[in-house]
Amino acid sequence: MQKKVFQLLVDNTTGVLSRIAGLFSRRGYNIESITAGVTADPRITRITIVTSGDDDILEQIEKQVAKLEDIRDIHELKPEESVYRELALIKVKADASMRDGVVTLSNIFRGNIIDVSEEALLIEATGNSGKIDAFLRLLSGYEILELARTGIAGLGRGVKNVIMIDQEGEIYKYVDGKPESED
Amino acid sequence: MIKRVLNGADALVRSLEEENVEYVFGYPGVAICPFFNSILNSDIKTVLVRQEQCAAHAASGYTRVSGKPGVVAVTSGPGATNLITGIATAFADSIPLVCITGQVDSRLMGSDVFQEADISGACESFVKFSYIVRQASDIPRIVKEAFHIASTGRKGPVLIDIPHDVQMDRVSGFAYPVSVNLRTYKPTVEGHPVQIKRVMRELARARRPIICVGGGVHLSDAAEEVRKFAEAHDIPVVSTMMGLSAFPTDHPLFYGMVGNNGQKYGNRAMNEADMIIMVGARVADRSISQPDLITENKVLAHIDVDPAEIGKNAGPSIPLVGDIKHIFREFNERDLEVDYSDWLDWLDGCKDDVLNAESKKRAEIQEEHILQGRKNYVDPRIFIRKLSLKMDKDAVYVADVGQNQIWSCANAVMRRGRFLTSGGMGTMGYAVPAAMGAKISSPDRQVVAVCGEGGFQMTMQELATIVQYEVPVKIVVLRNNVLGMVRQHQHFVYHDRFSVTDLSTVPDLDKLSEAYHIGYLRLETNEGMNECLDAFLKEDKTMLLEVMIDPDDLC
Repeated sequence: MQKKVFQLLVDNTTGVLSRIAGLFSRRGYNIESITAGVTADPRITRITIVTSGDDDILEQIEKQVAKLEDIRDIHELKPEESVYRELALIKVKADASMRDGVVTLSNIFRGNIIDVSEEALLIEATGNSGKIDAFLRLLSGYEILELARTGIAGLGRGVKNVIMIDQEGEIYKYVDGKPESED
Repeated sequence: MIKRVLNGADALVRSLEEENVEYVFGYPGVAICPFFNSILNSDIKTVLVRQEQCAAHAASGYTRVSGKPGVVAVTSGPGATNLITGIATAFADSIPLVCITGQVDSRLMGSDVFQEADISGACESFVKFSYIVRQASDIPRIVKEAFHIASTGRKGPVLIDIPHDVQMDRVSGFAYPVSVNLRTYKPTVEGHPVQIKRVMRELARARRPIICVGGGVHLSDAAEEVRKFAEAHDIPVVSTMMGLSAFPTDHPLFYGMVGNNGQKYGNRAMNEADMIIMVGARVADRSISQPDLITENKVLAHIDVDPAEIGKNAGPSIPLVGDIKHIFREFNERDLEVDYSDWLDWLDGCKDDVLNAESKKRAEIQEEHILQGRKNYVDPRIFIRKLSLKMDKDAVYVADVGQNQIWSCANAVMRRGRFLTSGGMGTMGYAVPAAMGAKISSPDRQVVAVCGEGGFQMTMQELATIVQYEVPVKIVVLRNNVLGMVRQHQHFVYHDRFSVTDLSTVPDLDKLSEAYHIGYLRLETNEGMNECLDAFLKEDKTMLLEVMIDPDDLC
């Protein structure tokens, strides 16, 4: 079993998310997290899926998803060539006497305190999943009242795998500042 | 005796025995064979239908007459997908079914092997709940939950998809759970006392109240309680299509079916009322043309076990969530001093006016036909009325879908019997298999299916099942050589541009009956109707009655 992150560009159609989720459930593929949001082009939605399986399954996932009519592009976001970020909102129980300790920890992880009440602090933390996990481990000495994690969004580094959309809605690969030449 | 090692299929059969299942309607295939192998060790009887859709319809007819959830078992892939229309039909009418589908081996699921279909995915939007069984040891709990979910709250079909290997897996023993523990599923049964009090208070204030009974009254087995309440205070009653026979249609307090296919006087009663007590009805598009307007000048008390139905189509003044039987028992225990006799007089006058106008209009049309020298046919209204009156008082009348259904709703007299039809989904071909299921559940009751030749041909292969299992249902085929309901729509909306509604080629029903060794009768005009019906209903034998009606007759 290994983990893989896929980036999908899909037409922003009704039910596209349910078709993708349905494909995963009926074929028994795992979804560890899925995030979706519209791109700079409102016709297109970018979806980041974290999934796991053996090599054969992961290959099938890529091929089966690619077959769905709404899918424009699917490719793996390889860890060494990509950045991933996840947002976590963490509500920690902390009265006045405990606040400093939590704030210090939060600062180390570059978290922001976005809400304070007499009994609790609400921390906003971003980072790759490993960093969030590490932060949560360190917070385990405190009582976490509520936790909301978004699942990761990711992009490839550099301009190597940038997918563009032209006026007609056709996608093309962007290489060295130019559309990829057709051959 | 050698103690057999139990496998998943055995556990499944044992679980069905624990639920007191008498019959399984189904069709085998490799993926469900372990189950059909285990069932040989059980007293549960099996019925092999001729197409899977009919297994669900037969189970639906069975459950609607017996009150017990119907059980269906079919194989994976095409067996399961053929079942879909039957499941959707049951869902639309809130009929409790437990549908078991075989599935390919769990390690092969998702790889498109032979006869694999994602049936739980396909049925997602029209089952109450579905299970894919991953472990044989889960079977007793899942079956217990499935029966509980199907038959409580707003009832409906539940799907259990069981891979072949899970049916074959050994289980260490069998223990059936005593109770269900579903954290997210707890339907409301008792009505809120404050709301019950409000209904009584509004009734005391109302001058023209009316009770509208829907299919929920049957599902809650509350016909008796509702009738008692209406009779105690002389409150008039109307019905939706699904509610028909929940209140005797020959009762002096009954003012017909409402809706776009209902009686004019029923609809006028609804419009004139200053308080409507809607009981187990959805206030849906077929019964109320403008649901959002019905509350304008009246109090609407909406009683339903499904809170999502209340306020979905019309915002009620008094929402009352709970089981109808419980709620009407509460109603019946409370004091209420009312006198609605002026209102009843008005309704009787209105009913007479409408009936007189209609019979005058019919007479004019008939006169015109005679003048035109047109061929004489059976009048389906007179026929259905006579048929229902000649049927046993507690008989089951199953109407198919189309003109036959509308004529049945308007003209069949239902006394202590049951009226069944596919109201929500409008599935043609429902009548014959549902009648078969109804007769299997109550062999002592007379069961008559009334269909057109369109619906009949959709499921007429079940004649073989009817003969094989000796299920003596009576079948009426109203024959006009066209797809009447659609043709009527094309007459009104498309100005007689009749498209794809010619059904003139129908197998010779006389010869067809002979082929299946069942009795056959034919009625061509109103003349001799009495003798024909007597012969049709006389013996408890399967009979097919072909009734010739005018293709231009409109319902």
